[in-house]
Amino acid sequence: MDVMPKWADVVLIPLISILLAAFLSALVILAIGENPWEALKLMVDGALGSTYGWGYTLYYATNFIFTGLAVAIAFHARLFNIGGEGQAVLGGLGVALACLYIPWPHWSLALIGATVMAALFGAAWAAIPAFLQAKRGSHIVITTIMFNFIAAALLNYLLIGALKAPGMEPATPRFPEATHLPSFQDMFNFGETTFFRGAPANITFFVALAACVALWALIWRTRLGYEIRSFGHSESAAKYAGISPTKIIMVAMLISGALAGMMAINNVQGEAERLVLNAVEGAGFIGIAVALMGRSHPFGVLLAALLFGFLYQGGAELALWTSIPRELIIVIQALVILFTGALDNMVRMPLERLFLAMRRA
Amino acid sequence: MTEQAPAIELKGISKSFGPVQANKDISIRVMPGTIHGIIGENGAGKSTLMSILYGFYKADAGEIFIADQKTAIPDSQAAIAAGIGMVFQHFKLVENFTVLENVVLGAEDSGLLRPSLARARRELKNLAEEYELNVDPDAVIQDVGVGMQQRVEILKALYRKADILILDEPTGVLTPAEADHLFRILENLKREGKTIILITHKLREIMEITDTVSVMRRGEMTATVKTSETSPAELAELMVGRKVLLRVDKKPAQIGRKILEVRDLNVTDDKGVHRLKGISFDVHAGEILGIAGVAGNGQSELLEVLGGYQKATGSVRLNGEEIDLTGTKSDGQSRRARGISHVPEDRQREGLIMDFHAWENTVFGYHHDDRYQRSKLFMDNAVIRKDTEEKMGRFDVRPPDPTLAAKNFSGGNQQKIVLAREIERNPDLLLVGQPTRGVDIGAIEFIHQQIVALRDQGKAILLVSVELEEILSLSDRIAVMFDGKMMGERMPQETDEKELGLLMAGMTTEPKGALHEAVEANLALAGGDASKEV
Repeated sequence: MDVMPKWADVVLIPLISILLAAFLSALVILAIGENPWEALKLMVDGALGSTYGWGYTLYYATNFIFTGLAVAIAFHARLFNIGGEGQAVLGGLGVALACLYIPWPHWSLALIGATVMAALFGAAWAAIPAFLQAKRGSHIVITTIMFNFIAAALLNYLLIGALKAPGMEPATPRFPEATHLPSFQDMFNFGETTFFRGAPANITFFVALAACVALWALIWRTRLGYEIRSFGHSESAAKYAGISPTKIIMVAMLISGALAGMMAINNVQGEAERLVLNAVEGAGFIGIAVALMGRSHPFGVLLAALLFGFLYQGGAELALWTSIPRELIIVIQALVILFTGALDNMVRMPLERLFLAMRRA
Repeated sequence: MTEQAPAIELKGISKSFGPVQANKDISIRVMPGTIHGIIGENGAGKSTLMSILYGFYKADAGEIFIADQKTAIPDSQAAIAAGIGMVFQHFKLVENFTVLENVVLGAEDSGLLRPSLARARRELKNLAEEYELNVDPDAVIQDVGVGMQQRVEILKALYRKADILILDEPTGVLTPAEADHLFRILENLKREGKTIILITHKLREIMEITDTVSVMRRGEMTATVKTSETSPAELAELMVGRKVLLRVDKKPAQIGRKILEVRDLNVTDDKGVHRLKGISFDVHAGEILGIAGVAGNGQSELLEVLGGYQKATGSVRLNGEEIDLTGTKSDGQSRRARGISHVPEDRQREGLIMDFHAWENTVFGYHHDDRYQRSKLFMDNAVIRKDTEEKMGRFDVRPPDPTLAAKNFSGGNQQKIVLAREIERNPDLLLVGQPTRGVDIGAIEFIHQQIVALRDQGKAILLVSVELEEILSLSDRIAVMFDGKMMGERMPQETDEKELGLLMAGMTTEPKGALHEAVEANLALAGGDASKEV
């Protein structure tokens, strides 16, 4: 009874949306007097043309997978978690505490310990807005946004106080050697040729992939996922079925916060190897776009995260080699978000009509 | 003798929504000064046709003639200008405006309100005298009953000089007495030369009041006949396309032990409104207890309490064991485990997740059952799918496709999915709310048979319905609720719609003479409650 086949819904619509966004971006680049074809080639080359470029693209993508999954699981419970930014900040704090104050014998144990801490801290930060939503009806969008600011302020306070390393910079000391995660450069080193030289992508990418699979199984294969989706589709039906709204709101937000927090093992432990101010760099917000574009499906999130990783890295290359300002990248990203998220129906409606006409013919 | 021009004539109206053809080449003639019924099952295309007539939709093909003049109706303004008035199933009134303000709204004479209101007041007085359309022009809508609200809707149309009045399922929210009152008004309007189109799915109303009736089935007009020359059985057959059993066939009840004992049940909702006021009753094995009442008199709360998602005080015993009513934990699961199944009143809001596949819906509420688990962590979707296929076969769900989303089934088939889920659990007590609301006649027959079959297996059944016919034909005992109280119990063979109607309106004894006024006064109260609920 659905108007369109499923592949059209999940592949064709996003693809057309991206092409439209690319076309408009090309016009914008033309308008500022640059060659859009050259710009595209530079972006593709910079982001995907070398293992170095891939190393950056995948590093950004890893961040976006975590925050995208965080937003996606909350979406399934019809909760809009805008607090990924703050939860990732707290995750960073958890990672920093784990790495700085526990003497880990090996990086693998450090990774597990830091992941647990990141998840716990992120979840804890999401727990308060979740509780307020479940018990008091305070809107989760408002509270999670406010908690982003509180998280930023808290980090600021700690980085110029208790956790500050000696020197001028508001940052923690470097994490000990034993906590350093293997980067792609370390992992894909086959003697004479070194891949991913100098790129920040690290083993966390595989943790992110595992998280995608785990979340997929949770949502579509477990009772908890079933209850979360039920609640998200119809709160009244969930109540009828004996599903506790309080429990679902709390659990979904805790998972969401934990995933957002886990981003920190990539950017804090994997890349910076210390905690700095503004370590999250807006990835929490990109996660919203990624989840929207990925239709809240873990594998969709993965693909969308790769696209945004490409945009991030390609955009940085553009800013480096052309007179196209860095801000334009934000314009391009905004166009992608606009077309894939907000203007979904603009593509969907004519496409549905087309499929109908084809079926009639 | 020259034939009179029809008040309204449709020629070859067609309308599609995507792949669905809602109206196929429909033609009708409605003569002035008659009441013309349009009957058909849900989704037969009645409402689409009327929406075209009122300018909400544009027909893909076809023409509309009003008094022999070809008329285009691009929007509702044009419909009003052409003398068409519409009374919707869900009233379009501003709740916190007065009756007078609602009547004038959108038809003001000028920028200044006062002269318009004064004129409307005079006009309403005339209309009230002419058609028995009594309303208090200064009453605020949210304080008056549904019957009065409906009269305001009719007045709105008449105030705009409507000659053709369309009523969409007008009796759905009315008590029998209110419905009778409405029919008297319609008779008066007809006598004054107005043309009335009555859309309904209730055969009884068609037989009672219409002059001619058109039957719709799957977007097509299957027949137009004189009401005096047809019978309910024939109309039902035309609607469904096959012979239908209109009466429920059932053996005498074999009443067993007491299954459910409810004592002094009280519910106060979040807003502090006292919804249930000391309700007590019993349900026995092998018995259907029917609860009659106008919607919004506490029946929903009663089902919610027994289903485990509404807090209450008092005592409920199932098989002699006390059930916790404090609702400190979400209790729906434990109720199910103890043998209470629940077919909720609103299958779309509660009974089903409309976006879920059928197979996901057939375990809804029972998803913790051991047989649906593959391991501690994972559900066994393959087993659930197979289970669903079998259930769909046994309950004749069409199409029998477990992977179809619930929203893609018709109302009747959705209800069968819910029933299959709840009945197949073999419960001690089945709670059923509005089992056939929005369900086509063919499926009603099947659903009633299933409920009776469960009773004959010695299960206790609590049936809540606003359809008196359903209550009367299914129940072994009838209790009437009004304003959160039990008004009394009757045996179905010892009562009739009239007596139940009085109880539903809050009357315990039958006064002579001033009967009518008293009913009206009480209806206003009952309806006021109901409207807030909706």
